[in-house]
Amino acid sequence: MSTDTDASSTLALGEINKYDFRTNTPSVFKARRGLDRDIVSQISEMKQEPTWMRDFRLKSLDIFNSKPMPKWGGNIGIDFQDIFYYLKPAEQQGKTWEEVPEEIKKTFDRLGIPEAERKFLSGVKAQFESEVVYGSLAEDLAKKGVIFTDTDTAVREHPDLLKEYFGSIIPPTDNKFAALNSAVWSGGSFIYVPKGVSIEFPLQAYFRINAESMGQFERTLIIVDEGAHVHYVEGCTAPMYSTESLHSAVVEIVVKKHGRCRYTTIQNWANNIYNLVTKRALAYEGAMMEWIDGNLGSHLTMKYPAVYMMEPGARGEILSIAFATAGQHQDAGAKLVHAAPNTSGRIVSKSISKNGGRSSYRGLVRVEPGAKKSRSSVVCDALILDDISRSDTYPYIEIEEQDVSIGHEASVSKIGEEQLFYLMSRGLTEAEASTMIVGGFIEPLVKELPMEYAVEMNRLIELQMEGSVG
Amino acid sequence: MSERLEIKNVHVAVEGQEILKGVDLAIGRGEVHALMGPNGSGKSTLGYAIMGHPSYEVTEGSIELIDADGTRHDILAMEPDLRARAGVFLAFQRPMAIPGVRLADFLRHSVTNIRNPDRKEGQELMPMRDFRGELKSKMKDLSIDTEFARRYVNDGFSGGEMKRAEILQLAMLRPQFAILDETDSGLDADAVRLASESIARIGGAEMGILIITHHEQLLEHNIPLQTHVMLGGRIVESGGPELAAELHKQGYDRIRKAYPEAAAAEEAMEAERRLETTTS
Ligand SMILES: Nc1ncnc2c1ncn2[C@@H]1O[C@H](COP(=O)(O)OP(=O)(O)O)[C@@H](O)[C@H]1O
Ligand SMILES: [Mg+2]
Repeated sequence: MSTDTDASSTLALGEINKYDFRTNTPSVFKARRGLDRDIVSQISEMKQEPTWMRDFRLKSLDIFNSKPMPKWGGNIGIDFQDIFYYLKPAEQQGKTWEEVPEEIKKTFDRLGIPEAERKFLSGVKAQFESEVVYGSLAEDLAKKGVIFTDTDTAVREHPDLLKEYFGSIIPPTDNKFAALNSAVWSGGSFIYVPKGVSIEFPLQAYFRINAESMGQFERTLIIVDEGAHVHYVEGCTAPMYSTESLHSAVVEIVVKKHGRCRYTTIQNWANNIYNLVTKRALAYEGAMMEWIDGNLGSHLTMKYPAVYMMEPGARGEILSIAFATAGQHQDAGAKLVHAAPNTSGRIVSKSISKNGGRSSYRGLVRVEPGAKKSRSSVVCDALILDDISRSDTYPYIEIEEQDVSIGHEASVSKIGEEQLFYLMSRGLTEAEASTMIVGGFIEPLVKELPMEYAVEMNRLIELQMEGSVG
Repeated sequence: MSERLEIKNVHVAVEGQEILKGVDLAIGRGEVHALMGPNGSGKSTLGYAIMGHPSYEVTEGSIELIDADGTRHDILAMEPDLRARAGVFLAFQRPMAIPGVRLADFLRHSVTNIRNPDRKEGQELMPMRDFRGELKSKMKDLSIDTEFARRYVNDGFSGGEMKRAEILQLAMLRPQFAILDETDSGLDADAVRLASESIARIGGAEMGILIITHHEQLLEHNIPLQTHVMLGGRIVESGGPELAAELHKQGYDRIRKAYPEAAAAEEAMEAERRLETTTS
């Protein structure tokens, strides 16, 4: 179905702003490349953080230094000393619109991204300039006791909640990049939804978009209290253009008894980016956690959203789409841990490879001893568009309990000559026919997205498919 | 607008094996032709060759569209989508499922391209409102539930549903020349009657139609100008509607006896196929 995306984006834009953007950052910080204790301390100092957070950062840096590079996944060719780990918004803003590559501008056009948003997304502006003031939504949320702020602010204003949860779901020891993020994190969202509160509309990250909240090392923490319900949408489908080549986020989520959380991401990175993200949620009794994750672009993405089902009746679902084209490697997947009886999980992964792109599904389903009557199903389908592209599957299953039901299905297919011929015999060009087949392939996941994201996702696929034939 | 579809001495090979061994056939706009013949004689192969299936290689002969002023268009030089835009349509004997693609979305794209043959990729589609209106009324004509348009193309369709979806596409696309490959198979008697009426209404004087069938019911409202019989990759006999009736009732024994050479070719093709299926 076609909808007017301009209208829906503008609507979404109308909902942003108003939120108190941070503008008055102290300017003692001198940006320089490299990573050491000095830089980490300076970041903390500049943000006027409490000691516990500074110590946490420094300890994380030690852990980062002590951990070897992961040997699996993709080839990570990063010189860690050649990166800016923190830039003040003003410094990121140095570019002019003329410097933004033509290709990116074209994509903005095709996606119908509003003007103000374009400048921000391409790094020309540090924040939106929309004059639309949207207040009632924010008031409404505040009245219900919902906290929705950037994580830097949360450290200052909600220290108790932060101290309790921050780094408890994904400790810095978890992996090298979680350690890196823990040392240099900046921005990201903090959300607390109180007991029994249900937020009916998807909370959008660009609700409060500014350079702070969408940095390279963002850190998001979401706490869904008992019986509460939230759908969070991260980022947006526009190409994220950045001169820095490393993006390494951490997202931690807790869903308490009978709570529900859905976290939707669609990322479309520029081709030079290493996107190495750790996402994990803990789901307690009867709680439901869903990750919906779309990965396009980047040089290498390594991302495996996880749900740990901690108490009986918890459910976890991970739906992911990866699209890899020339020079790209999407190593994406999912992780389900059944740590209690009667828990149920589902993984659906769809990947598309084209023009020499490579997508890998890497997934783990783990059933802990005693997690009786747990059920999990994994379905991963790969579609390869030509002979030079590649797709791999690395499904790991660890079961330490007898009384469980775990299913795994994988398929790899090529676009069928017969399907192409059928569509072409109805007047579609080869490119249109391939695009339609690819669109159909991911449709089961796209229909889970909020409308404007589904429309943008389809347009993105069209863009990715352009020029792929002949 | 083309007035004639002309097939001359067409030879077609699949994976190097010759299936059609010199087929001649000319269909004028407004004419109905029936094509009959035992299974494996090459009827579908002819349809694929006309539409441009990449596995069906035309090794000899020509397929052309001829305009009223005598201009000839060599469709063998065209990709299947250009043939479709030039006004050729094939209703598939076994239509392909395209999971995840809604019939309505696919058809809107298809209708847009075929009605504006010069449309470039990415240009506007036919306005949704106009398309929907037209689709709805066509579905009503064909007694197809409107819900049907939201289903994924041929995905999990019954045999009958597939055939009705093909007729719906025919109605929406209104080609100049249509090949209907066993569009009656999988339909019950009432549905075949409805299909026969619908095809007559859609076709009228505007369309040249080649109906591939084993029966005569589909021809009830589409009286063929000529009936052709294919055997062993050749059209061995052509006649009027009475020939269709005869073959429907009596089968192909008389034809096989009368054309021993084609019957032998058919035997040989059969034998080869059996060999392939047992060895592979
Ligand atoms: N794609 C193909 N691959 C191999 N053999 C084929 C293919 N298509 C048709 N044939 C062979 O060509 C012959 C004619 O088939 P077909 O045109 O489908 O006959 P009909 O439609 O008259 O039943 C048969 O022997 C069949 O096995
Ligand atoms: Mg056939």
